[in-house]
Amino acid sequence: MPVEIDIDHVARLARLELSDEEKGRLRTQLAVILDNAAKVGEVATEDVPPTAYAIPRSNVLRPDELTPSLPVEEVLANAPEVEDDRFKVPRIVEVE
Amino acid sequence: MTALCDRSATELGAMLRAAETSSVEITAACFERIEAVEDRVRAFLARREDAAQEQATAADSRIASGGAPAVAGIPLALKDVLSTRGVETTCGSKILEGYVPPYDCTPWKRLKDDGSVLLGKTNCDEFAMGSSNENSAFGPVHNPWDLTMVPGGSSGGSAAAVAAGAAIWALGTDTGGSVRQPASLCGVVGLKPTYGLISRYGLIAFASSLDTIGTFTRGVRDAALLLSCIAGKDVMDATSLDTPGRDYTERIDGGIDGLRVGVVREAFGEGVEAGVESSVRAAIDRLAALGATVGETSLPHTDYALSAYYLIAPSEASSNLARYDGVRYGLRVDGADSIEMMTRTRGAGFGAEVKRRIMLGTYALSAGYYEAYYGQAQKVRTLIIRDYEAAFSDFDVLVSPTSPTTAFPIGAKVDDPLAMYLNDVFTIPANLSGMPAISIPSGLDEKGLPVGVQITAPVLREDVLLRTAFALEQAIAFDGRPRLVTDLAA
Repeated sequence: MPVEIDIDHVARLARLELSDEEKGRLRTQLAVILDNAAKVGEVATEDVPPTAYAIPRSNVLRPDELTPSLPVEEVLANAPEVEDDRFKVPRIVEVE
Repeated sequence: MTALCDRSATELGAMLRAAETSSVEITAACFERIEAVEDRVRAFLARREDAAQEQATAADSRIASGGAPAVAGIPLALKDVLSTRGVETTCGSKILEGYVPPYDCTPWKRLKDDGSVLLGKTNCDEFAMGSSNENSAFGPVHNPWDLTMVPGGSSGGSAAAVAAGAAIWALGTDTGGSVRQPASLCGVVGLKPTYGLISRYGLIAFASSLDTIGTFTRGVRDAALLLSCIAGKDVMDATSLDTPGRDYTERIDGGIDGLRVGVVREAFGEGVEAGVESSVRAAIDRLAALGATVGETSLPHTDYALSAYYLIAPSEASSNLARYDGVRYGLRVDGADSIEMMTRTRGAGFGAEVKRRIMLGTYALSAGYYEAYYGQAQKVRTLIIRDYEAAFSDFDVLVSPTSPTTAFPIGAKVDDPLAMYLNDVFTIPANLSGMPAISIPSGLDEKGLPVGVQITAPVLREDVLLRTAFALEQAIAFDGRPRLVTDLAA
């Protein structure tokens, strides 16, 4: 059963602009890859627990000590646009 | 006489301590080699000759005053996914072009503190996604053994640099085989330690539950030496293991008499080139001759590992790469509002393979499909770990080819993602299970291209892994060198 993918929906979720040519190619390639990947369902039965990390660790804590932060100028030097020691972005909310 | 830049770090370290050479000389030899071959190999994205010579000068005075660490004065190359303060780090991507990290990754910080010399940053597949280095936004790396061939990937630049004598050793990253497979294709030693043994702080993330920093060296002892410097607990990485620092070269020459070696049945099937199979079989015979007990074993879910990997790694990648949004660093393409700006930035900044994996991962994690894909893949991961547990109850180490093929022509597999993904079929299980694994050269195939043999050990048994690899390396005595290098000496 070939996988049908709503490329526009997935691209919207991924915040990824794609050309029509890219969409066409991805539709075919992802279907082939997912068709192959669906094999995992053949052996992954209900009684098998999932593994997220091969070497599980929990509640890893470090001493709560103050350490210097990265220098603000060095961090902001990489930003495309900066204003008053802040990252500047285009409009986020609609203005009435 | 072997040029300084073609020698091992172990050998150079002894020469440095005996004052027979200097770090300044070794570093100059590396840059001379880079000058001679780099226009054909293209292993580097950034070189830093002046800064390296300053570090070399400092290392020399430290060595002269005695008691310098083992890595002091030895020139190193770093894959461009490893953050280096003040040195551009692009991940082979246009989206990070011009990014200068404000901090060092932990392994480089430890090496730098110990007097290591950074030659430059090496080319790689974009965000470490690929097996041929053809996915770099800055052009492919060429295999020093045959310039028409790929060096493997994703750490292809690091592998090619060490093979070509452009660096004494290098660090790369291995998420599904990205250290071991290029090491195999370039005829050098590639070590992927246990997941969590080396801190990932400052490693720009691809798939966080799989990403492992690894080493490229000219020999197994060098791998142990480099690992000893960079391994161990780091509070900056919550997944780093609570292991004490140790000297991995200790007892590396202890031999393997009585060691139980399991030959992985699934790794000698369809798709494995005849030249690879015969070379690896010959290496296994050598293990037996060294006193090991050799038997056949099985990792029955090997076939499913590849499928699970190509769901888990893209899923984690789609999440990790959400940070490239044109706000804090890297490329920005303007848009009417923030969402349009982000969408356009990502569309313009990412290459084809990265987009493919982001789309795949986003789909696999999306509502309605999460259980069928990501959830099921995580269960397969459990089955892979159980396969290893069963195999390691009978054997101390497992052996297989590193890659089903030797180096293939540039362009041969670019239009067929599934064929490309098959390059990693024997390396992926060690990432899914966290096990340490190493690739060492076993010989050359009929085309004169290097073959790699992979050894895998249980979690945190780097001692057994390195001891086995060292014994095998001595027995094989691989001394092949790329014509690119031997032609220079002629």
